[in-house]
Amino acid sequence: MYSQSLNQQVADTTGPDDAAAAARFQTRIDAEERIEPNDWMPAAYRRTLVRQISQHAHSEIVGMLPEGNWITRAPSLRRKAALIAKVQDECGHGMYLYAAAETLGVTREQLVDELLSGKAKYSSIFNYPTLTWADIGAIGWLVDGAAIMNQIPLCRCSYGPYSRAMIRVCKEESFHQRQGYEIMLTLARGTAAQKAMAQDALNRWWWPCLMMFGPPDAQSQHSDASTRWKIKRFSNDALRQKFVDATVPQAHFLGLTLPDPALRFNEATAHWEFGEIDWTEFKQVLAGNGPCNRDRMAARRAAHANGEWVRNAALAYAAKERARAAAGAA
Amino acid sequence: MSTPTTPLWEVFIRSRTGLAHKHVGSLHAADATLAVQAARDLYTRRGEGNSVWVVPSSAITASDPADKGLMFDPADSKVYRHPTFYEVPDEVGHM
Repeated sequence: MYSQSLNQQVADTTGPDDAAAAARFQTRIDAEERIEPNDWMPAAYRRTLVRQISQHAHSEIVGMLPEGNWITRAPSLRRKAALIAKVQDECGHGMYLYAAAETLGVTREQLVDELLSGKAKYSSIFNYPTLTWADIGAIGWLVDGAAIMNQIPLCRCSYGPYSRAMIRVCKEESFHQRQGYEIMLTLARGTAAQKAMAQDALNRWWWPCLMMFGPPDAQSQHSDASTRWKIKRFSNDALRQKFVDATVPQAHFLGLTLPDPALRFNEATAHWEFGEIDWTEFKQVLAGNGPCNRDRMAARRAAHANGEWVRNAALAYAAKERARAAAGAA
Repeated sequence: MSTPTTPLWEVFIRSRTGLAHKHVGSLHAADATLAVQAARDLYTRRGEGNSVWVVPSSAITASDPADKGLMFDPADSKVYRHPTFYEVPDEVGHM
């Protein structure tokens, strides 16, 4: 989901010498043990995790942009305080995740460079614009709702530092969804114009949210190894269905209509069936051609470049203090 | 000649698979290897854990207790960081 472009085959470079270690490793995974940074792990497991966790981190960081867009224009102090707190949380989540990825032997600088060079991906959802205040409600309710759906099983992921980061994130995430739903409910119970604004936001965010769960299982080559390694516990389609089942009644409570004429409740399966997702759009957005891809990358690059003197100054000061301490000790 | 002092170490124990290491106390040891062995003897006599970390006490930088208010009070007034601050009708169910 936040690492939806992960779906590519990872070459297994495990040599014959490692076969016994690999078998031990899988036994530990099967026994629901957690793998910790200093434990032996297959190179492909390490690579998969670095890619998934760093993409997840990048998504949290880029995810600050669409919401940050509305901080100065929030309709009340209450809403503004909540939105600032939420954006701060997203930043915090990015930091937890980068730190978890770094336990696998990569540096923060490497990971950030990969984002800024366009080599690393982030969730497609953040390439859509936030056109009205209702979009802030829709993001909290739907985007964070989808994220929670995906992140709850990650709390039991086989890699210890990732699972612990996810537990912390999930605890904090619950306020995000509630504040979003509260915004939507307020608008839905407001004037006709406010309700129309909420409906418009739902219309624009619904399908991109369903895409957050990644390609359909039939096209997802990556899932096999990840499932065996217990990084992934549910398939893309299973999580997507869970999200739809949870969200449709919430939309109905708001008195809003989901933008899907094919949506119907199947009494036999007790699931909401939904229409065809436009995977061409998904691929286009991932390929860099979404409505805001260039904006998002430009904003991240500018933030990084504008912060360079601060990073340099901090390092220079630390070096000076060390030199001073050394001179004092001599 | 004064007796050479033995360094102090802070000990962290992982109580169960998957959990984070938690600080449990300190001990003296000449080096890291001895510190791990001593921590095992001193702090895990009753199956308290399955992993030990030791960190030289001198490597720890702590916040100043006098700054407690300055550092942590600001979070007290930010009730909107908690999910219960937001009203979601019961009919909507758990969120």
